[in-house]
Amino acid sequence: MAQDVAITGGRVLTGTSVIENGTVVVRNGRVVSVGTGAAPAGLRTIDARGQVVTPGFVAVDSGLGGSEVGSVRGSNDLSNNANTLSAAFDLSYGLDPWSFTLPVARLGGVTRAVVTPQHAGSGGGHSHDDSDFAGAGHGGFQSPGLFAGQAAVIKLGGADILVKPRVAMVAPFGEAGKGVAGGARGAEFVLFKETLAEVRLYARNKAAYDRAALRDLSLSRADLEALIPVANGSMPLIVSVNRASDIQQVLRLAREEGVKVILDGAAEGWLVADEISAAKVPVLLHPITNLPGNFEMRAARMQNAAALNAAGVVIAIKGNEGSTHRARDIRYNAGNAVSHGLPFAAAIAAITVNPARIFGFDGQFGELKPGAAGDVVVWSGDPLEPLSQPSAVFIDGVEQPLEARNLLLRDRYRTGGEGAMPVAYPQ
Amino acid sequence: MLLNRLRGPSLAVLTCALGALALSACATTGDAKPRTETASTASSSKDRTMAPGLDGWANADPYPSTYRGLPRENLALVGATVLTGAGQKIEGGVVIVTDGRIAAVGGADTPVPSGHKVVDARGRYVTPGVIDIHSHLGVYPSPGVMGMSDGNEATNPNTAQVWAEHSIWPQDPGFNTARAGGVTTLQILPGSANLFGGRGVTVRNVPSVTMQGMKFPNAPYGLKMACGENPSRVYGGRNTSPATGMGNVAGYRAAFIAARDYKAKWDKWRDDGQGTPPTRNLQLETLAGVLDGSILIQNHCYRADEMAVMLDVAKEFGYKVTTFHHAVEAYKIAPLLAREGVCAAMWTGWWGFKMEALDGIEENAALTDAPEGSCAVIHSDDAELTQRLNQEAAAALSAGRRAGMNISEEHAISWITLNAARSIGIDKETGSLEPGKRADVVIWSADPFSIYARADQVFIDGGLAFDRTNPAFQPVSDFELGQPGFGQSAAGVAQGAR
Repeated sequence: MAQDVAITGGRVLTGTSVIENGTVVVRNGRVVSVGTGAAPAGLRTIDARGQVVTPGFVAVDSGLGGSEVGSVRGSNDLSNNANTLSAAFDLSYGLDPWSFTLPVARLGGVTRAVVTPQHAGSGGGHSHDDSDFAGAGHGGFQSPGLFAGQAAVIKLGGADILVKPRVAMVAPFGEAGKGVAGGARGAEFVLFKETLAEVRLYARNKAAYDRAALRDLSLSRADLEALIPVANGSMPLIVSVNRASDIQQVLRLAREEGVKVILDGAAEGWLVADEISAAKVPVLLHPITNLPGNFEMRAARMQNAAALNAAGVVIAIKGNEGSTHRARDIRYNAGNAVSHGLPFAAAIAAITVNPARIFGFDGQFGELKPGAAGDVVVWSGDPLEPLSQPSAVFIDGVEQPLEARNLLLRDRYRTGGEGAMPVAYPQ
Repeated sequence: MLLNRLRGPSLAVLTCALGALALSACATTGDAKPRTETASTASSSKDRTMAPGLDGWANADPYPSTYRGLPRENLALVGATVLTGAGQKIEGGVVIVTDGRIAAVGGADTPVPSGHKVVDARGRYVTPGVIDIHSHLGVYPSPGVMGMSDGNEATNPNTAQVWAEHSIWPQDPGFNTARAGGVTTLQILPGSANLFGGRGVTVRNVPSVTMQGMKFPNAPYGLKMACGENPSRVYGGRNTSPATGMGNVAGYRAAFIAARDYKAKWDKWRDDGQGTPPTRNLQLETLAGVLDGSILIQNHCYRADEMAVMLDVAKEFGYKVTTFHHAVEAYKIAPLLAREGVCAAMWTGWWGFKMEALDGIEENAALTDAPEGSCAVIHSDDAELTQRLNQEAAAALSAGRRAGMNISEEHAISWITLNAARSIGIDKETGSLEPGKRADVVIWSADPFSIYARADQVFIDGGLAFDRTNPAFQPVSDFELGQPGFGQSAAGVAQGAR
């Protein structure tokens, strides 16, 4: 249950500012004050002197709660392979509060996630260890359609982790998207515009559609319904795209169609940073992508995050490998963006307040300010440093145990595992 | 020459064959039978000189290194915090580099020879060059497109006959980005689709038009073997053997039975010269090299139970496993690995992407490292991660400390330096800052266990191979020329390398 608590004496990174020797007060699951005053009398107090206090981090483009073991299809609900359903795929039904990935991510300070359908081309971009060799490894299960489905926001604690379903639609563009459309970029953009036209036709003529008095449409009714908020600009469309020219085309498409887009990837974004900024389009990026892994990211650079931020683009920094098992790496990715020119404050924002704002949760989480969720992490030091660890994690004011399956394995074998009794017996 | 790696009668032959100039050395080794005219005057009445290419022992190095080293100066790196890789930490240290080798390492009072160029490293850190023992750079290069994926000869579960060096594309931009992360030596391996994937090769991380120009002189070859899910999935999926773990082990055993037989035939023929010489078989020749100890086993093997079986397979056929790779469960058998003197190479952060990776924990390196005689190594298997092995080691160190273990940075740095060198048989040559070793050195902008540390300068054999602030020492591969973004710096930030 939520406990009222005051965290005092720490260096507080609120998400938008820094308060030295700050006091963060959480009551009834929410932050009620952030400042330099004394802790209210009678409240449980955590002494955070010499430590750093942050909002819980927000993992974007994540698979948390939707996949246990990447290659085990039965444990993975992040993609849907049926051609009859694409945009309507709603992964929120498959999210598991008991997933063993959640406590692991919490140990990296992650308390919220935007869980996003896997799509063609997602999954981290490289196949270490040949796990993808036969197409069955991590990222091997992907939605086949023009749309991969809808993302949901979760919190990483409690028996009901769903914060909000259907917060955004996902569509791959670039090399992955053209593959879905038939093989050429020119096919995907035309198909996309035609699909939106059908959605609008359907939206205007639902009664006729239900009477079977409307011409045949290429999508199912469920998909058409799911796309109405995209077509009218009320639901953001996460567009995975990397090549600079593809970004330009997507920005133009969004303008022409009145679609609200979020760029995902944007490895060559720095080449067109001013255009992205002028369009007020946010970017979810993986700041350590710096190799020309394919022909749509030949300009990939470690400085991408810094360049986009400098141009005024709102960025959110992603974890590794689909931010499921390695969602905890987002703090390292943020740190590497800093060592390549991104201001520290911008890096903190990129894993806290920015992702909350991008997905419409401004002030609700990802920030230490009155009224925001009581998602608070106390760190032994700079949270972007590997040598720092969290000493306390709160979600909605509920202190989370610093435990996880990996730590149970550690403790089972920490003395060598060669005692007289097999380690399988409880010690 | 890494002759200490070579042992056994047939090795004496190999040793002689490695250099035509080594005849006097051969004369002292007793049973060696050099393939020269002198051989025909020995006990056999036959001339055992064979046509070129038919006797693998006569020329064990048919694609020899042409590595020359970069231009170098004699150097004195002064004032840094030095982590030697061999367990020492020296504040305000001095590293003397003479003729491309480490000449001295010590405190501030270490004399600087006259004429040595002094490099002010105050406020910075100096470590040995990072060694990545599991890389697919060049064989799975960027761009990873059709026509460039040359890392898995996935046509048969046993392709011990292939050599990764014949797949390396030296223009892979990943070599440059790895160097910018402090990587000076790489073992390039074939993939893990097969039980026997083929020979790996160890390279100096210098730009070169040819593979030979990178090849680490006289480094031993490694043979990539693979346990577990990958071979059984690839071949089982084709309804051929191996389809299971037990099929995997049957495959290893059958191959080493054939290799023992092959080696015996060659040993006999070299000994008595009787009859027709055996027909050279590249697959069996590599396996025979494992049996005589000249080729080191580099065994992809995740699970503890599988590693234990592989140790017994090695005993059954009389060879040694040098290193387990992707040893996700090494921590479950850490004492066993230490007793056997086997290195275990691992990631810190990767886990859960498949069943055999399920039990991967961040404390793996710290726990595997704990027993006396252990050899924990952190590797990448990835073109991005190889750029940040120092951070992967930092995360492993942090996890160990979280568990209450007392581990120093000067010890943990060995996971990506000296232990890595040992695990591929080059620890006499590199991996630590000790007199006589190759001057493979990184000057870091900050503590390499910090996320903010960057490699400022990287020296390979004493030659400046990378300088973060000097574009003249930021090599660009042919592929990168004229590509989108070429020559532009992002955000007005000095680009370094990519």
